[in-house]
Amino acid sequence: MTARRIVLGVAGVILLAVAWELYKALAPADGLVIGGLTVLPRTSDAAMPHLWTMLGRALEPVSGAAGSPLLVVATLQAAAFSLGVAGVGLLVGVVVGVGLAMLMQRFRTAESALLPWIVLSQTVPLIAIAPLVKRWGATLHTESFRWEDWMSVAVIASYLAFFPVAIGALRGFEAPDAAHRDLFRSYGVGWWRSFVRLRLPASVPYLVPALRLAAANAVVGTVVAEVSIGLNGGIGRMIIVFGQSGSADPAKQWSPIAGAVLIGLVAAGVIVLLGTVLRRYRRAEVTA
Amino acid sequence: MRHSIRIAASVGAVGIATALALTGCSGSTPGSSPSAGGDGELTPVTLQLQWVAQAQFAGYYAARDLGYYQDEGLDVTINEAGTDTVPIDELAAGNADYAISWVPKVLGSIEQGTNVTDVAQIYERSGTTQISFKDKDITTAADLKGKKVGSWGYGNQWELFAGMQKAGIDTDKDISLVQQAFDMNGFLAGDIDAAQAMTYNEYAQVLESINPATGKLYTPDDLNVIDWNDEGTAMLQDAIWADADKLANDSAYADQTVKFIKASIKGWLYARDHPQETADLVVKDGSQLGASHQLWQTNEVNKLIWPSTSGIGMINQDEWDQTVDIAKNTKDNTGSTIITADPPSTAFSNEYVTKALDELKSEGEDVLGTDFTPLTVTLKEGGK
Repeated sequence: MTARRIVLGVAGVILLAVAWELYKALAPADGLVIGGLTVLPRTSDAAMPHLWTMLGRALEPVSGAAGSPLLVVATLQAAAFSLGVAGVGLLVGVVVGVGLAMLMQRFRTAESALLPWIVLSQTVPLIAIAPLVKRWGATLHTESFRWEDWMSVAVIASYLAFFPVAIGALRGFEAPDAAHRDLFRSYGVGWWRSFVRLRLPASVPYLVPALRLAAANAVVGTVVAEVSIGLNGGIGRMIIVFGQSGSADPAKQWSPIAGAVLIGLVAAGVIVLLGTVLRRYRRAEVTA
Repeated sequence: MRHSIRIAASVGAVGIATALALTGCSGSTPGSSPSAGGDGELTPVTLQLQWVAQAQFAGYYAARDLGYYQDEGLDVTINEAGTDTVPIDELAAGNADYAISWVPKVLGSIEQGTNVTDVAQIYERSGTTQISFKDKDITTAADLKGKKVGSWGYGNQWELFAGMQKAGIDTDKDISLVQQAFDMNGFLAGDIDAAQAMTYNEYAQVLESINPATGKLYTPDDLNVIDWNDEGTAMLQDAIWADADKLANDSAYADQTVKFIKASIKGWLYARDHPQETADLVVKDGSQLGASHQLWQTNEVNKLIWPSTSGIGMINQDEWDQTVDIAKNTKDNTGSTIITADPPSTAFSNEYVTKALDELKSEGEDVLGTDFTPLTVTLKEGGK
């Protein structure tokens, strides 16, 4: 079963690579424009470098400066940095999301009051809140604590990550059958104990898919926020700077894009691992 | 037994999560390097740039790295900008003590009530050009008529529109305006006849690209350049902006402004006299641009400053007036102008830069750079 999945996964990647090269080989170099509308994108080396050009470029130094690291090494470092920030964002998002769900489950009023705002929060465009978060953060500093820019990025990542968790967890906490809830009540079990013994285990089939979404959101939020506020060190910054040399060194900018994909895969992998740990509770998976 | 496996796995998962958290926490920002260990007398100052670290801001990095700010009693933190950072907003919000921005981009904010002052006009000339391949035969603004003209928009378009309108082109009907991306692919592919290009960036990007016809890099001989300085529609670019209210009410801030300008200018003097070392500094400070591109940028930026008409940082009334005039009277493709009335007298001041220049002159520094001779930089493919 696992072997088959690995083979299928690898086959998917190969298929994508073949599709890229096939399109590049077959489609017209200048693309296809009908009535001013681009129907097929260009296939020139500047627009779509060969995969082997990208790989070859990754094994060369970032720049001609002395001591410049290999592009692949620099990309992996940046990916590790962004992954760390996304991890913090996800952690904060999960804590906030589960906390809100608990509050809404416990108090019906809280659900009526909070849920519309939680849904509304996701309609605010990221590029509008990124500079604001940075500005608010900069006002938070004491003698020993200074708000760093990476924290703003983590906050933005958590802003995207908490949403699926809050919604998924709430549905999960409400999931136990009435018969089970009545049983707990007839034994006189308090809210907290019935939450831990009944509602929390019952929420796992809802939480795992919600976490999968949250992890993906955290990664996207991190990279976009890095671009938006110009945080140095991560994948987002690499994407904008390498994009500047997109004409003269087109293969270079694909390296951070691959790095972003890698972060997404690692984040998804962590959630799969978590799902394996919680296997016992996942009798019926429900997509959030 | 199965139970213990599960616990081990849980511990593993928690461990990974913690590791993720720690990687995030240990990520240090290269932009804020510590300074002056032990010296508690330094005043913390924050400078907000208008883009990420690159030689465009070489003087400030040089002043920080070589201790010029420290010599003036300042501990300067340089904040880089992202795609959505508005430097003047950071200054107005109090998150930065000074900001670097183009004058036309700030004039609009001033009209809307942001009270800031241009205290040093570091770039005297404009680095914005409109470039085209020789075979298009576009050598003046008037030649843009009927052409596909590239523009970045977002406040970068005013010199172009002023230039075309000055040449009698109806910018609504006579040209087809093409939204230009950060890279030069649209220009190289022929989607754009004449593309916007900063001398220190995009122009170099073209020269770093392979010409498919020859298999070699493009050369300056392949290109025509419309320079807005020559066309008479240049607008003032990189300037140091300060908080106007604080300048008026806080004498410590006013004094600090003189010190900040003085040390920054010393950084720019260093960039003029040591372009290679300066380019290396900027790479060390986190710029990921290639080495030859970085040196090119340092050299081109020097050309925008030197030789200086009345001393680096001085705001020349005629150039300021030209900028304001274009900001008031030029309509872009959306039909709007930057400002509708003259800016207040607080919009610029030579008071602080004059003091800074006097101190530098008394220290024997050459603030005019009359004998400045630029380098000849050879670009490599991809700017490497």
